[in-house]
Amino acid sequence: MTYFSDVAALTRKDLRVELRGRDTLPAMLLFVLATLVVFHFALPEGSGDTAAYGLLWVAIVFTALLGLSRAWVPEQEHRVLDGLVLAPCDRSAIWVGKTLATLVFLLAAQAVALPAFVLFFEPLDAPALAGVLLADIGICAVGSLMSAMAAASRAREVLLPLLVLPLAIPLIVGGVGAAVSAEPDRFILFLLLYDAVFAVLSWASFEYVVTE
Amino acid sequence: MIRGRGLEKRYGRKRVFDGVDVAVPVGGFALVTGANGSGKTTLLRMLVGLAVPTRGDLVVGADRSRVGYLAHEPLVYRELTAVENLDLFGRLYRVPERRERIGMLLERFGLWESRNERVSTYSRGMTQRLALCRAFLHEPDLLVLDEPYSALDEDGAALLDRELDGLVGAATFVVATHDPDRLGSIATQRLALA
Repeated sequence: MTYFSDVAALTRKDLRVELRGRDTLPAMLLFVLATLVVFHFALPEGSGDTAAYGLLWVAIVFTALLGLSRAWVPEQEHRVLDGLVLAPCDRSAIWVGKTLATLVFLLAAQAVALPAFVLFFEPLDAPALAGVLLADIGICAVGSLMSAMAAASRAREVLLPLLVLPLAIPLIVGGVGAAVSAEPDRFILFLLLYDAVFAVLSWASFEYVVTE
Repeated sequence: MIRGRGLEKRYGRKRVFDGVDVAVPVGGFALVTGANGSGKTTLLRMLVGLAVPTRGDLVVGADRSRVGYLAHEPLVYRELTAVENLDLFGRLYRVPERRERIGMLLERFGLWESRNERVSTYSRGMTQRLALCRAFLHEPDLLVLDEPYSALDEDGAALLDRELDGLVGAATFVVATHDPDRLGSIATQRLALA
């Protein structure tokens, strides 16, 4: 129970910091909406739903990257991460809290982006929505870890996409597959497996990322 | 409480210090002095577990739940208030009767009136007072303080003097300072880094 109360306290803190600072979520919202509008005018008539779903995933991944690039900024200011690392809680709770908070921001951005996608392009069915949700979980889990790694580097802005994008490729394959395939269950299962494996790996390795 | 022999720290080819021996008994008060860049902060980070010696043996007789650390940076969130920051760390450190303890510290360090203001609106001195509250919050057995008087005005410095006087003997201290005379009367040993 203590572990979960630590996670709850850390997630609440991240949400509160964002509500006060409003540094991340408005940027994510504006970016994803602007991207969809650009794609709406850039995509030729009759391009088909496959191309539209592909563009949706481009928008989702880069919106997530935008959120992830800001994820550890509050901890870098005043070096608060040192304070969290020294606290006697399980260090993986810091990662879980950050992953959950980033997921909330991404879901909030998508609450606006997905209706906009339906308006501009194609309707989204249940498998497509399930694919988006599962891919969100995966990209936030892996991305929070990679973002913590990048935050320790001077070239963090360059490093983060280089670390996250290759790991996001299976999520894009799964997400697009869930939306356009005649057998979406296979892709949903693939995304579930990805989430489980990478969440456990990230959870277990976070401590080694934030300690010397 | 602390025993270190032949401690060396390097970052790549850059040597921060080498051949440093430290021995601080339980209840001791050690002053760490040295010029800028001599490795005082690095040594303190090593003692609290944030840095690992490149060479040498270091044993610290307190786990991280019993260590209080005041760093160069205040280690508090700018967008949270003083109460919210201390509440977060109080939860993570499992401080019993957390609210009472937080209220008492804020009152003692002169931050009660501004307890619900964001840290981003604090002056450097107020932020340092809050950082001290955070370090003292869980009543640690080992206090590692890096330039604790930094940014404090005369009132704040006198307040910290009283706090330290009250804790001498009850906790073990390692304090890095450029002003060793201020703490000379309560220090039990000095470690000068070259």
